[in-house]
Amino acid sequence: MSETYRPYTLVAELTYKCPLRCVYCSNPLDYGRHDGELDTETWLRVLREAEDLGVVQLNLTGGEPLVRDDLEALIAEARRLDLYTNLITSGIPLRRERLARFRELGLDNVQISIQDTTAAPSDRIAGLRSYDRKIEIAGWVKELGFPLTLNTVLHRENLDRVEEVIALAERLHADRLELANAQYVGWALTNRTALLPTREQLERARVIAGRARERLRGRMEVLFVTPDYYAEFPKACMDGWGRRFLLISPGGLVLPCHAAHTLPGVEFESVTERSLADIWRDSSGFAAFRGEEWMPEPCRSCDRRAVDFGGCRCQAYHLTGHAAATDPVCRLSPDHGLIEAARQAAEEARPVPLVYRTSRTSEAARQS
Amino acid sequence: MDATSRPRLAAKARLRYDRKSSRYMLLYPERGLVLNPTAADVLQRCDGERTVGSIVEELAQKYGHETPAVEREVMTFLESMADRGLVQSAT
Repeated sequence: MSETYRPYTLVAELTYKCPLRCVYCSNPLDYGRHDGELDTETWLRVLREAEDLGVVQLNLTGGEPLVRDDLEALIAEARRLDLYTNLITSGIPLRRERLARFRELGLDNVQISIQDTTAAPSDRIAGLRSYDRKIEIAGWVKELGFPLTLNTVLHRENLDRVEEVIALAERLHADRLELANAQYVGWALTNRTALLPTREQLERARVIAGRARERLRGRMEVLFVTPDYYAEFPKACMDGWGRRFLLISPGGLVLPCHAAHTLPGVEFESVTERSLADIWRDSSGFAAFRGEEWMPEPCRSCDRRAVDFGGCRCQAYHLTGHAAATDPVCRLSPDHGLIEAARQAAEEARPVPLVYRTSRTSEAARQS
Repeated sequence: MDATSRPRLAAKARLRYDRKSSRYMLLYPERGLVLNPTAADVLQRCDGERTVGSIVEELAQKYGHETPAVEREVMTFLESMADRGLVQSAT
């Protein structure tokens, strides 16, 4: 297979367990259905196979990767393979000694999520008292000499505080700040009415982030990710299906993205059954939306088809019921009215209760 | 950045040789740059010890080019890398 399809990044979702209950979690709604976890030996083999296939970046994530007691072994092996390893974590639960050990073993970067700029709203979104602890841990990250990425998911409730988020990142000496608007798939779709911002909120925040990017150039990288719902065209989800990214679920399914296993009728295979290379190169799941054969109109004849690759398959499925539909966020999609209706609803503010990510709500999602 | 600066890679950036493309890559969170051979030669020398001046001399010798031309190129490249937060000056 040509270099058109080379995985540069492996996203290793080590577990779906997490002490937090964030209302926009990217794990599948029915995560409770996938409860098995790969053992250490299998993960070590997977890292070796991934490197051999071309992977140079490793994201250790979950759920909360810290709940695995074999992170040390995985970090050591990743270092031996010369992978650039990023730990994506809530910081809970973590002792300083363990973080120092990660440093010795060669972990490259730590990314901590902060839900807001003060404890009350942050803990409300996370569904757990965690803010003060996260700030403490972000301090350890820098004291121990790690580069720090701070990630804040933006939505209706905190978007007006982007200025404060940036100030917090500066105080914590973050090297990179991800101002990542929620994308409305998975749990965020369930909570869309509560979370989707207005266009005015979004534009104000974008201007503030842009100014900060200029001001902090060379010191802190400031990234602002637009929510698909306010983009004219879809994003190149995962840089295209099965082109650059590999994701492995806690149970070992090899996927092109976080939620591909929620698409009905698309088969994915496990690292416990076949080699990673075989699955990447030759499996029906990866073949399903590679290239342009699968595309409907208006994508098929669109000039942008090699720019956005038709957008997000999961978004298409969860909004229209068809995984091969044009991503409805595209203004050319016949289903674009769904997005316009959601934006209109966001203009008419009304408080709705949040649905937290818990095993009970997951079970309910599974049955519906 | 000037001739006496001692550039080094930022803490978040790491060089890695890529067997598949036979190029060096500069890796940092969520991103990577595939480097052309000249860029790799410069960044491999950004160790916080060498000055820009000495890096320029080494490369002028290696490639058999005039020092001023190499200096312009190296300086422009290092400044763009510093702008992106990937190289820092140790002095």
